[in-house]
Amino acid sequence: MEESDSVESLCSSTTTRSDRSSGTRVSDTELRSKGRAIEKVYKDPSKGELPLLPEEHVQDSAKDVTYICPFIGPVRGSLSVTNYRLFFRCTDREPVFGLDLPLGVLSRVEKIGAATSRGDVSYGLACKDMRNLRFVHKEPEDSLKKSVFEVLMKFAFPVSNNMSLFAFEYKQVFPENGWKVYDPLAEYKRQGLPNESWRISKVNDHYELCDSYPAALVVPVTITDEELRRVSSFRAKGRIPVLSWIHPESQAAVVRASQPMVGQNGRRCKEDEKLLQAIMDANAQSHKMFIFDARPSVNAAANKMKGGGYESEDAYQNAELVFLDIHNIHVMRESLRKLKEVVYPNIEDSHWLSNLESTHWLEHIKLILAGALRIADKVESGKTSVVVHCSDGWDRTPQLTSLALIMLDSHYRTIRGFQILLEKEWLSFGHRFQQRVGHGDKNHTDADRSPIFLQFIDCVWQMTRQFPAAFEFNEYFLITILDHLYSCLFGTFLCNSEQQRLKEEVPKHTVSLWSFVNSQLEEFVNPLYVGYPSHVLFPTVGIRHLQLWVTYYIRWNPRMRPQEPVHQRYKELLAKRAELQKRVEELQREAANRTASSSSERAGSPTRSITPVQTFV
Amino acid sequence: MLSLGSVGAKSTKPSFVSYVTPEEIKLEKEPPKKLKHPDLLPGEVEFCSANPILKYTQDDLSQRGVFGTLFCTNFRITFISDEKSQEETIFQGIAHHCLEEKSLKCVFAFSYTGTPSPEMQRKRETILFDSPEDWTQEMKRTKANCRLVTENENFELSQRLPKYFVIPSALGDLFSYQGKGFPIWCWSHYSGCALFKASLPPVTQEDGDFQKHFDIMINAVAHNYLYSAKTEDLSESLPTIQDIQQSYNKFKQFFLIENSTDFWLSDMKWFSSLESSGWLDIIRQCLQKAVEVVECLEKDNTNVLITEEEGTDLCCVISSLVQIMLDPYYRTLMGFQSLVQKEWVAGCHAFLDRCNHLHQKDKECYSPVFLLFLECVWQLVQQHSPAFQFSETYLTVLSDSVHMPVFSTFLFNSAHHRESVLKAESPLAQSSPLSCPTVWDWSVQFDSKAQNYFFNPLYSEKVKHEKAVRKPHKLKHQRQLSLPSTAFKTPFKKGFFKDETDSLKKMLRVKRLSRWMGSPDSTAAISREFYESWQQRPLDYHGLLLPCLDGPAVRVWMQRYLRWIPEVHILGGGSVAVMTKLMELLSQVQDLKRVLEQRDSSQAAKPDHRPYIQHRLLSFGSSGRLPSSFPFAYSRNRSFKPIIPTGLMQCLMLTDSLASQEDEASSFVSLV
Repeated sequence: MEESDSVESLCSSTTTRSDRSSGTRVSDTELRSKGRAIEKVYKDPSKGELPLLPEEHVQDSAKDVTYICPFIGPVRGSLSVTNYRLFFRCTDREPVFGLDLPLGVLSRVEKIGAATSRGDVSYGLACKDMRNLRFVHKEPEDSLKKSVFEVLMKFAFPVSNNMSLFAFEYKQVFPENGWKVYDPLAEYKRQGLPNESWRISKVNDHYELCDSYPAALVVPVTITDEELRRVSSFRAKGRIPVLSWIHPESQAAVVRASQPMVGQNGRRCKEDEKLLQAIMDANAQSHKMFIFDARPSVNAAANKMKGGGYESEDAYQNAELVFLDIHNIHVMRESLRKLKEVVYPNIEDSHWLSNLESTHWLEHIKLILAGALRIADKVESGKTSVVVHCSDGWDRTPQLTSLALIMLDSHYRTIRGFQILLEKEWLSFGHRFQQRVGHGDKNHTDADRSPIFLQFIDCVWQMTRQFPAAFEFNEYFLITILDHLYSCLFGTFLCNSEQQRLKEEVPKHTVSLWSFVNSQLEEFVNPLYVGYPSHVLFPTVGIRHLQLWVTYYIRWNPRMRPQEPVHQRYKELLAKRAELQKRVEELQREAANRTASSSSERAGSPTRSITPVQTFV
Repeated sequence: MLSLGSVGAKSTKPSFVSYVTPEEIKLEKEPPKKLKHPDLLPGEVEFCSANPILKYTQDDLSQRGVFGTLFCTNFRITFISDEKSQEETIFQGIAHHCLEEKSLKCVFAFSYTGTPSPEMQRKRETILFDSPEDWTQEMKRTKANCRLVTENENFELSQRLPKYFVIPSALGDLFSYQGKGFPIWCWSHYSGCALFKASLPPVTQEDGDFQKHFDIMINAVAHNYLYSAKTEDLSESLPTIQDIQQSYNKFKQFFLIENSTDFWLSDMKWFSSLESSGWLDIIRQCLQKAVEVVECLEKDNTNVLITEEEGTDLCCVISSLVQIMLDPYYRTLMGFQSLVQKEWVAGCHAFLDRCNHLHQKDKECYSPVFLLFLECVWQLVQQHSPAFQFSETYLTVLSDSVHMPVFSTFLFNSAHHRESVLKAESPLAQSSPLSCPTVWDWSVQFDSKAQNYFFNPLYSEKVKHEKAVRKPHKLKHQRQLSLPSTAFKTPFKKGFFKDETDSLKKMLRVKRLSRWMGSPDSTAAISREFYESWQQRPLDYHGLLLPCLDGPAVRVWMQRYLRWIPEVHILGGGSVAVMTKLMELLSQVQDLKRVLEQRDSSQAAKPDHRPYIQHRLLSFGSSGRLPSSFPFAYSRNRSFKPIIPTGLMQCLMLTDSLASQEDEASSFVSLV
């Protein structure tokens, strides 16, 4: 009993276990095992026992801060702010209560109301990870002295204060270099590219053709670089149709792009039409092609007013256009905001289901999964090549292509394969992480922010629920990715494009999230993984089979927390599996030995199962 | 279109629909003359048959069916295909046997003459609680200090009471209450306090009598341990059996889906429809009440008496749930079956009326109470799967078996009813009563491979560490005894207790559970605290188990309700994928073990050739990809195609201005 830790101490500590390997912070598991997991503690001379990361320094701290916990009520303790995170520790209650969150998670810090007669000021901290925190603190009497919250505001939004993100200071060395995980040429080679129909073009080597695309692009051999340049002027932001994935057998390709700049007058582009024809011709199996426009048709049509639009069937013969009805970033942002209201801090049990329905969050998930399913179906069952685009091709498009790729290619369901998929479809093809997440930026009302990537991870999670044995990674892996999407500890999700990351020398100055992940893979392995190398996964997209991701969205609610940390159970299962496998091997060996010794009799193979005489289904 | 309404409900959607009109059916070739016959079970009689019948598959749009003969027997309808118009006969036959009222005698169980299998041996099997020894054993197991009543052996006390039952040892005269209002012992906590259930005492002319009786009852219960008792009238705090029936009927409609369009249309409003049925809420309320009772037993070490008009409906639900939460024995397969026997079968739950086996039209007593209990258990299994030896498939199969009129288990209204009917129906009158198999003889229904699906491969077996297990128990016990709230540690003199019940009652902690708890809001808050403090403790799958009851935690029993809907089958996915993998591994070990054993003693096992009633639970073969509905729905030839939703646009017609905004806020500002 004395070893167990309390709900209170868990209820707000982050699940960021980023720095586990550096052994410097108290996460909930570590609290559970009271320090056993802590290898060493960096001592800051001024602050005593705070477990700090390399290059992390305490900037300010204050005693007598009250944290208003929505689950257990007010807690008094001391608060420290470092250049990376916020610590809140209450030691005079049993068990110890702690809060530990990376500043990158904060989207807004504000004073609520004026000081009370006792000089208490209330601060509200809105977080990107589905929670809000509230503190009450006495204003320092010396008006020249800054409040700890002012220091917090400075370090929470370094970009707005002309400072660098902590990722550029963090210098942890891991056994593996995660920046080497993705090599575009190696990945294309795995897919059998280049081949007789597809070549790797260097036209974007210096990001001149398209600054948000990667340097290496796979295009049909019959299209010259010059033609590609012309196409780029016809596609929004120069994001031309290029190959994402090719089916190993049918040669049907998944191609991504942005919307064509058709406009109200129905502009056409000969080269673009030729390019799409060439894409179709590269697949001998089909004389047809599907263009998936992720938007609702109304929105696609409205885009014509602004110069954009969609491919007309006249200009692109043999191509069929399908709208996937997925809404834009603003709708998604609003949906998540509603979801946060419904799940944090308290859930209304009696209206839970209708409240959940009113957020539309799962309906959006359904539409995205349904879209990806249709794409995967056309490629797999129809052996047809597909082109996927939305408006700019950097939000809904990567959601759809990467989900379709996960369905089609089992490689992307492994831990490393999934990393490659993210590096390729999201990072190299310029999903605007900086804009959508707003790293270190205090402008929390920025309309460019949107939980597009979170939505994608949610879709992946839904698939892992439906196919619990098909993915090498576990839920904790997905949560870790999301935690570090916001934490700004690693360089992986910084900047908006490959070009920017190179310009800022992100790989040189920061650590990759994959360095951390791949250095302790056992944490992220799904014990039930059996792989199905050749299986295509077609998930069921009905709302009936979708679930709210409780362990992510409602993880701050201590009541919804599994009693036993999930990954602990995973590990037990892994051990159990290993034990069973060992046993099987032993028995097989024994059986083989005996067979050898008694030569006359053949070892009985496992008996065939009895087939039912008839079924009533 | 010919259609049959669903059983027992009035204005409900049909659950059985003909997909084609008779005009569409074309006879393509001459039917062969040879008529096949189904393999009848012993005692099964063929009533009528129709030929040719065209059988269609719901998800096959090709409009081609299989020709064959449809037979209707006194037990089932069965279709035998022959690649070779009496529709009315057959539909009348079905309607007659499924929908019309019938007498108990016509239930198939009395015609079924299959012999109980020889495997059915008492030793390691389910305890049926039909003998005094079973009860004595159970009292010994839980260290109960109560009295076994054998006076009702011939139902002299009451026909509504079980043959044998256990009461608090302090209860005296048994004959004055017309068989009502006995506190019947359910289970004893290791601390000594116990759970009792009771029907309400008979209401006589004088109010005082009722009160007096009630006081005696409570005092007897309080006497069991430390003179404290709490009572809870379940008919006050839980929905009535009619509420349960209505809610379930509504809920059930969501799973009777006619076609794909219907499916995708209803998919949009899925959550709010679910909520409107109130079914999940009823489940939550039952679990919540069980948690409250558990709290009294576990935390306060108080005796609890739950009451209800008859004491055989919600009392059974709550008492069984409490026992599952507190006693790991009931989370094993045999333990669970024994619990159902103890609380439900021997406890005289009116299965015949509640399940409406006789299709009586306007009876109010029809209500899926037992299913409600299984639903609650499923929630626990879902949340704490490693704590249970049985799987959700087992629960689904059990819930199906309730409607299999072959087993004596779910066929009667009370112990007396069972005994008298079985005696009367015996072919050898006066000698021995008719022996019907119990549902627990699973080999009647399933072969041993299929029965493997009953077991949870992830069940964490109890580690045989006597000391380690006992120690915390002792500690807990001591600490709780020293709580100041446990006021009366020294027993009072018996005489004093008997004489001045009223004033004593005030002194004793005899309280009504609900009143003691205060308003419903604070009840929730208090049991919330209890749950949270439990949740903080390290998890012990063999200790106390509590369900999380927050909105997102109470779920729909997907396997049971969605297994026949092709739109939601995940090919190669679902928990089936995991289970099959694990079971494959386990069975590999077993196969190899067997090979080794066979070498040691070359004794071949005798195969069992008895016909099985059902083959719906399929043995898993070599096929790598099973649908998530396995082992219930499974067609080998299902084309490997995804199910693509239709009418998506309708589901999200967003009218707000955000939807029409451009993604890139900055790019087209001038144009907006």
